[in-house]
Amino acid sequence: MSETAIIAAPGAETPGAARTGDMPVLDVDRLTIVARSPAGDTPLVEDLSFELRRGETLCIAGESGSGKSMTSLAIMGLLPQPAVRVAAGSIRFGGDDLTSLDERAMRRIRGDRIAMIFQEPMTSLNPVLSIGRQLIEAIETHTSETRTQSRARAIEALKAVRIPQAEQRMRQYPHELSGGMRQRVMIAMALALRPDILIADEPTTALDVTVQGEVLELLRDLQREFGTSIILITHDMGVVAEMADRVIVMRQGRIVEAGEAIPLFSAPREPYTRALLDAVPRMGDGMKGTAAARSVKPVKPILSVDGLTVRFDIKGGLLGRTTHRVHAVENVGFQIGNCETFSLVGESGCGKSTIAKALTGLVPFTGNVRLDGVPVSGLDREGRKRVRRDIQMIFQDPFASLDPRMRVGDLVGEPMVIHGIGSAQERRDRVAALFERVGLTADQLDRYPHEFSGGQRQRICIARALALRPKLIIADESVSALDVSVQARVLELLKELQNDFGIAYLFISHDMAVVENISDRVAVMYLGQIVEMGTRDQIFSDPRHPYTKRLIDAVPVPDPSRKRHRFPRMDSDIPSPVYPLGTGPVRNALVDMGEGHLVGAVS
Amino acid sequence: MAAYLVRRLFQAIFILLGVSVITFALLYLLPADPVRQIAGRSATAQTVENIRHQLGLDQPFIVQYWRYLTGLVQGDLGRSYLQRSEVSELIAARLPASLLLMAGAIACELAIGLTMGLVAAVRRGTVTDQTLMIASFVGVSAPQFVVGLLLLYFFAVQLGWFPIGGYGTWRHLVLPSVALGILGAGWYSRMMRSSMIDVLRQDYIRTARAKGLARGTVLLRHALPNAILPVIAMIGIDIGLFMSGIVVIESVFGWPGIGQLAWQAIQRVDIPIIMGVTLVSACAIVLGNLLADIVTPFIDPRIRLR
Repeated sequence: MSETAIIAAPGAETPGAARTGDMPVLDVDRLTIVARSPAGDTPLVEDLSFELRRGETLCIAGESGSGKSMTSLAIMGLLPQPAVRVAAGSIRFGGDDLTSLDERAMRRIRGDRIAMIFQEPMTSLNPVLSIGRQLIEAIETHTSETRTQSRARAIEALKAVRIPQAEQRMRQYPHELSGGMRQRVMIAMALALRPDILIADEPTTALDVTVQGEVLELLRDLQREFGTSIILITHDMGVVAEMADRVIVMRQGRIVEAGEAIPLFSAPREPYTRALLDAVPRMGDGMKGTAAARSVKPVKPILSVDGLTVRFDIKGGLLGRTTHRVHAVENVGFQIGNCETFSLVGESGCGKSTIAKALTGLVPFTGNVRLDGVPVSGLDREGRKRVRRDIQMIFQDPFASLDPRMRVGDLVGEPMVIHGIGSAQERRDRVAALFERVGLTADQLDRYPHEFSGGQRQRICIARALALRPKLIIADESVSALDVSVQARVLELLKELQNDFGIAYLFISHDMAVVENISDRVAVMYLGQIVEMGTRDQIFSDPRHPYTKRLIDAVPVPDPSRKRHRFPRMDSDIPSPVYPLGTGPVRNALVDMGEGHLVGAVS
Repeated sequence: MAAYLVRRLFQAIFILLGVSVITFALLYLLPADPVRQIAGRSATAQTVENIRHQLGLDQPFIVQYWRYLTGLVQGDLGRSYLQRSEVSELIAARLPASLLLMAGAIACELAIGLTMGLVAAVRRGTVTDQTLMIASFVGVSAPQFVVGLLLLYFFAVQLGWFPIGGYGTWRHLVLPSVALGILGAGWYSRMMRSSMIDVLRQDYIRTARAKGLARGTVLLRHALPNAILPVIAMIGIDIGLFMSGIVVIESVFGWPGIGQLAWQAIQRVDIPIIMGVTLVSACAIVLGNLLADIVTPFIDPRIRLR
């Protein structure tokens, strides 16, 4: 590595040079990244080449394990060395090869010329430092400005990402901001120094869909304003369609297909790209045929919920008395028939998961809940056990919901042990049959969870939920953590099982496209209440409540020719469901608009 | 905050009450007879009975405790059986020396422990890491009087850098502080290492590096305040450990603190002094924990005292 390269790196002359002409800002050539393992080096990225031009948005799309995040870390010089390193190839930026720059030189580029934002806004900011401190620090590291100048610049950056009351925010700490606000702070931090390149690694994956719309819109606006080149890394083809000028599709460390966004979406050349696009649940073309074949009205209600209310106390003062209450779920009512899929949809904090917890007896509630005609509250020990047998749950994270020290066969058989069903041999036979049914094989029974992929683990969780032949399965964001192609297969499995066993599903999700794909009936929740409820077609083809419309509009469509240009912006956070004692939210009366399509009054 | 303090002080009263009952009961059950110590071997049975009656030791346990407690709430810790002076005066005269020794030991614990832990975490898996962790293990397992004697032998006797014992200048303070602090330093370095390794894996450390911050800034400004939180909680508990260490170390170094006072009192079954020192130690532990809890929110804004 030469001395001149170090000196040239942070210089002011390169941006000017790059701006003129069509010279690429970044040129990645035959990049190979390897991970050290006992069996020798395993390649994570192989022979990757691409160019990034000024002011364009390049999307790197791929499922987990495609090497897309490793590529971005390699550009930043942040690979977890020495376990993972660049083995061959170059990354040319300005006059330098980033793969051979030393740490000192690389540091001057990081954050100044190439900035990065990450997937998890909740954990990407330091919890013990104020927002202002973290912003100012980024500016001071790369400029010789005084504290006052840096501060002014930080406030300006916060205003640029449309954060209201920027001055006050400077004094706040990350935990005082919502996920969307934190991601804006991250963007402000990244763009404060007007970098040439912004790398955004799954920037909206952890955000609610309406917030995602706002953040993507913001990135586009800022790009227009500053002319920044963006590398956007995502698994979501909808986001790709919304944002990309050009697309690279990666799989297992290699480029599958690359090209301009519009032709790539309309006429993908490679089968993998086609499969990836087909797997994306699209709004407006859910499984209409099969749903219509089933009766819309439930034959026999399995679960009926009336006036369900869950409140949490917030204590304060000298004697620890209750001063405020969180109205997590307020007066919710619905019915689910056998063989029916009922979906609860809404954004984080709307109370949908709290309903699942109430139904399974994990939080105390008031209201009337009947399972197969029998009230579930006020039961004795035995009665509660019976209810638990009939309601099973599948959770979001298949990695965290299986005990890593138990064999998967035992995990699936455990519910039967708890409820004292069958002999050991009978249980084993039944577990084996369940394994076959969910698409695994019986010889996998004695393995441990870490030997399975995410999709397989979720199948194990489904087998576990089925073990007791429940009447109702609550699926709380059960496919959200899975890659799209895996997600599609798991949804298909859920539908098959419903037809075979006649189970009712309560499907809880924030993903409108998935909900449209699987549901018979849908309820939209906002701030603890249902604002609209009806059949799938009523909700998606004829949404009446403004919040429902907003949710549907916010979903990115995997079609770049239908790119939306303006997204209605909401610069404030969702109002809080916390009320002082004695007061509470206005109860939303639902009005029947015909054929059971219930819509809440607009406040 | 004020409400929190009031509640904690309320709790402290109950803790001290409990400590006083238990200690008093244990001393009451002790086979050693304080009256024999006071009267001496040649005293007649009549003299012994007189002294016993004088001190109220012929009363049932409940009466004795009640008398002690009524004195205690009025701030009276009683009189020493043998030293002919008020226990509160004896403790007050020796407490500053012990507090100074504790402060020295805490400083030494933090300086050695945190540095070792930080370096070990950053150099994780290297020879440096392993060496430091072996050293910390030795620190944790070595008996304090052995450490004290070794320090005395090398640094005072052989090298002559520090005085052999006594009290007065900062030179007197160094060896006993190190001897008392080395145990805690061993614990802290292990705790700091694992806490630091955990913090260095966090997303916000990656963010800090992505900003282009220098390695030292990332470590000291972003990682350290997060990693130090569990250690601070530990300091509160540590003050309790010091109380037992102080008895040994003060004897080894001839340090005129309450540790020595307690040691003499235990040998001579001077119950009022033992009670007094125990209660003062309990106060120190309660205060230490309270202090640790009060400091934490200043470092971690997510924690609010309720």
